[in-house]
Amino acid sequence: MVMVNTIIDSIKSLFLGATDRSMEEIKAKTKDNFKREGDVKLEVKELNFYYGEFKALKNINLKIPTKKITALIGPSGCGKTTLLRCFNRMHDLYPGSKYEGSIIFHPDGINIASPHIDLLDLRRRVGMVFQRPNPFPKSIFENVAYGLRVNGVRDKKLIKERVEWALQSAALWDEVKDRLDANAYSLSGGQQQRLCIARAIAIEPDIVLFDEPTSALDPISTSKIEELIMTLKEKLTIIIVTHNMQQAARVSDYTGFMYLGELIEFDKTQKIFTIPSQKLTEDYITGRFG
Amino acid sequence: MNKKDKISDSKADIIYPIFGFIGFFLVISFLVTLIIDILIDGYEKLVDPSFYVSYPSRFPDKAGILSGWVGTMLVMAGAIFWSLLIGIPAGIYLEEYATKRGIIGKIEHIIELNINNLAAVPAIIYGLLALGIFVYRFKLGESILTAGLTLAILMLPVIVVNTREAIRRIPRDIREGAYAVGATKWDTVRDHILPYSLGGILTGLIIAASRAIGETAPLVTIGALTFIAFLPPSPFVSEFPFLSPEKAWELFMSPFTVLPIQIFNWVSRPQAAFQINAAAAGFVLLILTVLMNALAYYFRQKVRRKYIW
Repeated sequence: MVMVNTIIDSIKSLFLGATDRSMEEIKAKTKDNFKREGDVKLEVKELNFYYGEFKALKNINLKIPTKKITALIGPSGCGKTTLLRCFNRMHDLYPGSKYEGSIIFHPDGINIASPHIDLLDLRRRVGMVFQRPNPFPKSIFENVAYGLRVNGVRDKKLIKERVEWALQSAALWDEVKDRLDANAYSLSGGQQQRLCIARAIAIEPDIVLFDEPTSALDPISTSKIEELIMTLKEKLTIIIVTHNMQQAARVSDYTGFMYLGELIEFDKTQKIFTIPSQKLTEDYITGRFG
Repeated sequence: MNKKDKISDSKADIIYPIFGFIGFFLVISFLVTLIIDILIDGYEKLVDPSFYVSYPSRFPDKAGILSGWVGTMLVMAGAIFWSLLIGIPAGIYLEEYATKRGIIGKIEHIIELNINNLAAVPAIIYGLLALGIFVYRFKLGESILTAGLTLAILMLPVIVVNTREAIRRIPRDIREGAYAVGATKWDTVRDHILPYSLGGILTGLIIAASRAIGETAPLVTIGALTFIAFLPPSPFVSEFPFLSPEKAWELFMSPFTVLPIQIFNWVSRPQAAFQINAAAAGFVLLILTVLMNALAYYFRQKVRRKYIW
């Protein structure tokens, strides 16, 4: 009996220790880099956003750090998704949207909020994963390859390699490698969402936006997606909108709290959840409203 | 008494199915009566193979529907081709590209509202329009091409409305998913909007073509003949490339008749024997319609099974 327990414990420590250590390492490595200007990925300056007459975002100032997970939290209708969709200009698909101010994309220094930028290039570099899994009703392979195809990749071998890489990065390869030709809708909800993540990262974006990626999923799929997001930050800058405060606390390095279209507070996640400087943040986090 | 019995004991649940069944029975009995009636009337002609391969004649026993069914098939092929060619892009434009703002947006909105009205315009009005435009203005003559175009404009409103509805059924998420990986509007239309809406478009085509195949008035207006004793030339030739453009043009420009006109012509004659011919031709028209719908239905099921969400 004792032996069995020892073995189980050593296996446990092997797995948990390894993950813990690697997480610690990553955190330690990038701890103070954020202070340097070069590590800011997106710099939001005095951003106002309008849906027609309605002012949805009011004077947002924010610096999103490179290769970190930034969470946006707040009660529903606070503008967190609106802000997220500004980063890849998804609002432009619908009439009546208007941007004021600037969102600087480092290191190139281009202004995302400017009306003159190349939206296709922007969306290639800023990927997005949506609230509900939205794979195309095509084969699993085609779903991931689609981003490559519309961006002009014609080399079949390269597409194959990239698809495999993306599916592996999205921790889906082992589950689907034997049925890449099957329709994406034959996958479970959690698998579909990971497929959407694979689709987003296949074109190697700099930033991936997650819009409440687990709100339509069960707890097991949710934890898988969360793990995946945490591994992805080694390669990418991640911005995640969530209404689940535990999720923000679990996965993110930085957290912004939004309320009625304003960014109330933005700081390290640990600080926001332990000693928030604003009363409003504290009230929201402790569950007094929202 | 258990719960299930209580539910079926409700008065409404006894009365409603009775009325419902009477209504259903009436609809079906009209259809069955019609089919059986023309089948009995036209039976002796329907089993006569020469009926299908003979031209019209003054003598009822020699008269056949060869030029009628060939004409119907050619005209319908043209009508389906033109209506899809114009209707699908128009529907996609209105859903995906139309600005919905400014003066152009207002005009588009008015057109949009009136597309439904167009579907209700009597067919003979379209015949007059086609006579004015295709026959007199463009000098296309009283030809198969003109007939195809005429029926196509008759079918267009239904095709456009159905295309738009099919596009609207595509979830917003899927569209955004395509744009989010850097697809252009055209990429999205070509790879997603069009393939996913094909099922709905084919439904529109079934409805529109079933109406058009039986139309007589607009074709009479543009000058379809009732007596044609030859077939349009075949565009296929024996030597390479097996398709002669001159012959094809001749085919498009040749005069024609269609089954409904043939039927109308026979019905209006005094001899009883022609009534048999009319019934038989009516049955053939019915079969053609069913076949055409079955084909469209088959394709629709095929695309629908592929794209479910």
